[in-house]
Amino acid sequence: MTTLDIGKTSRTVPESPHVALFATCLVDLFRPVVGFAAVKLLEEAGCRVEVPDAQTCCGQPAYNSGDRADASAIARKVIEAFEPYDFIVVPSGSCGGMLKKHYPVLFHDDPDMRLRAARFGAKTYELIAFLRDVMQIDVVNARHEGAVTYHDSCSSLRENGIKQQPRELLESVDGLELREAKDSEVCCGFGGLFSVKYPNISNSMVSDKVDRLTETGAPLVLSGDLGCLLNIAGKAAREGRPLEARHIAEVLADMTDEPPIAGARE
Amino acid sequence: MKPTSHHFKENAARALTDVQLQRALGNIGEGFVNKRASARDALPEFDALRDRAKAIKDHTIEHLDLYLEEYERKVTEAGGQVHWAATAKDANEIITWICRDAAALSVTKGKSMVAEEIGLNEALEGAGLEVVETDLGEYIIQNRHEPPSHIIAPAVHLNKDQVIADFRAKHTHLPADRQLDEPSALVGEARSVLREKFLRAEVGITGANFLVAETGSSVIVTNEGNGDLTQLLPRVHIVVTSIEKLVPTLEDMNTLLRVLARSATGQDITAYTTLSTGARRRGDPDGPEQFHVVLVDNGRTDMLGTVFQDMLRCIRCGACLNHCPIYNAVGGHAYGWVYPGPMGAVLTPSLIGVQEAGHLPNASTFCGRCEEVCPVRIPLPKMMRHWREREYDAGGTGLLPRIALKSWAFFARHPRLYRLFAGPAIAALARLGGKRGRLSWLPLAGGWTAHRDLPAPSGQTFQARWRAHQRAQRKRRVRGKR
Repeated sequence: MTTLDIGKTSRTVPESPHVALFATCLVDLFRPVVGFAAVKLLEEAGCRVEVPDAQTCCGQPAYNSGDRADASAIARKVIEAFEPYDFIVVPSGSCGGMLKKHYPVLFHDDPDMRLRAARFGAKTYELIAFLRDVMQIDVVNARHEGAVTYHDSCSSLRENGIKQQPRELLESVDGLELREAKDSEVCCGFGGLFSVKYPNISNSMVSDKVDRLTETGAPLVLSGDLGCLLNIAGKAAREGRPLEARHIAEVLADMTDEPPIAGARE
Repeated sequence: MKPTSHHFKENAARALTDVQLQRALGNIGEGFVNKRASARDALPEFDALRDRAKAIKDHTIEHLDLYLEEYERKVTEAGGQVHWAATAKDANEIITWICRDAAALSVTKGKSMVAEEIGLNEALEGAGLEVVETDLGEYIIQNRHEPPSHIIAPAVHLNKDQVIADFRAKHTHLPADRQLDEPSALVGEARSVLREKFLRAEVGITGANFLVAETGSSVIVTNEGNGDLTQLLPRVHIVVTSIEKLVPTLEDMNTLLRVLARSATGQDITAYTTLSTGARRRGDPDGPEQFHVVLVDNGRTDMLGTVFQDMLRCIRCGACLNHCPIYNAVGGHAYGWVYPGPMGAVLTPSLIGVQEAGHLPNASTFCGRCEEVCPVRIPLPKMMRHWREREYDAGGTGLLPRIALKSWAFFARHPRLYRLFAGPAIAALARLGGKRGRLSWLPLAGGWTAHRDLPAPSGQTFQARWRAHQRAQRKRRVRGKR
């Protein structure tokens, strides 16, 4: 057993923590390889990983659309299914932020659930933050030849405090050169349903983002959020830009055999 | 000002294809954002100051009634007069009455967002007065009959060529062949035109960045000095301001000024920081004979005690606008009323109703950059979400989106049904994507596929593949044991 200072609270990390992977609906539906990459990274870090059956979506579409009743009903289900584990790990800053920061807010008039949500939130982490801050991993066993650029998703950056962690882990990948894009802290314009409700504003934002990423000259963009990546890859593909996209876990786990997001299949 | 916030989508679409506007918006990031970042980096206690600023505003708003009464008492002691305006109409009537009483023909004005909010210029012009904006940005847009597009840089949506053309059209008494290409030439010309207005005006109207209860002072911050001339030269000075501008002491004002300038323009302090306390006293070399303060409520007390009370902390620095990717894409006019960007997305529905302004809190990706830079830590995305909840509860969300959301929420609550339907749906979508691995068009996702491809799913869900993988591993273990 080791005791770590994680943020403001010190937490005891078991030798081989029992981790539940919340894969997120986008990973589940669009890019299963990210789930497998996350499991591999967690197991290599010494965790016992399970993928609980009772998982779907974190409830963000309802929550961000003002449907609080459905959002809290979903949150209750997720908390019940996942709270027996030592940690809950999510390969997405956006869904991680939802589980960690927003679930407790949903139960402001239910003290019992609010406490459970707060405890649940305290042991929930975005994948990269978990590997780096909790498991203290600083080297991964992976090889990737060439330059990449990294897109900071807004929720990773601002809801989960993730900035250095992915960069530190990428530095440890054999052969990888990390190039920073300009305006890396500016939103890509995805914003969940925003991209569908305000398509032309979203388009203006993702066009700028793809410009900035392409300017780095790196042929591959990585990020911790599949939402942003679907948006960026979809735009780059539509315009025939020389920019491929993958979830960061794929590179860190050395699992890049699948075609890139929006890439042609054999 | 007549709002067009319910036309946000149309306004935004127009803004996105306006070449001149897009060119002007391109400069905001480089300017304001970088300057704020440098100012923040140069002041190690910046975040501690923000906490202090937030605490000061919270405390004042909690005890607003007490501080307002103290402020009125101090203003009266200093020889000024406080007028209470519950609505925009009341405020305009009071100000028009003061101008009439002063037998005024002409009024100079410093920049004031509250004056824009209550439509003061139209009211005064309707009463037969000449009104001249003296802030350069405001002067430029007044001549174009446009509202401001930014709360601290009203003409940020324009570029130099447009301003040169406007000056040539307006200042016909000057030689037609004069050189105006340098910004300094434009400033010089505005200054010479405005000088005459300053000297002629009977009444000067300014806003207030803060009101100090302790002394009955109001303070304005400017970088042009026009505010000083507006409030010192005419016989009558009217301060038009809203009730939440109050702070308890001069020391508190000082704390807020330190975060205001750094957040707004990246300056340690603005070029002019001017306090006015009452009218001219015996022996004073200058100053107005009459000093009036018009305190505007116009919906603000209705925000007290609600989830929107935190919005009353706003000190109008504009940092949230400068850092907002939506504001940077469409500019301020698209928001359709006085207050644009994230602060407007919360304040506008509070003041003119969510029926009119419901688009504004919806048009956000919740990227959180506005809250990150707010000097008084207003949780802007959280409050936008509150507006979305009110709209949803009131049935304001459209039928189709509501059905889609409800269906998705149903599946999200029922994992077995989710798996049952997700598998075939995803397989079908993967087939549609074919070898290209992406879809250029998808029914009901036209908003997405109009501008970008939809990356195709791999073909099987993660959960299905994971279960197959688990079964295979179990089999291998059983075989290994045999």
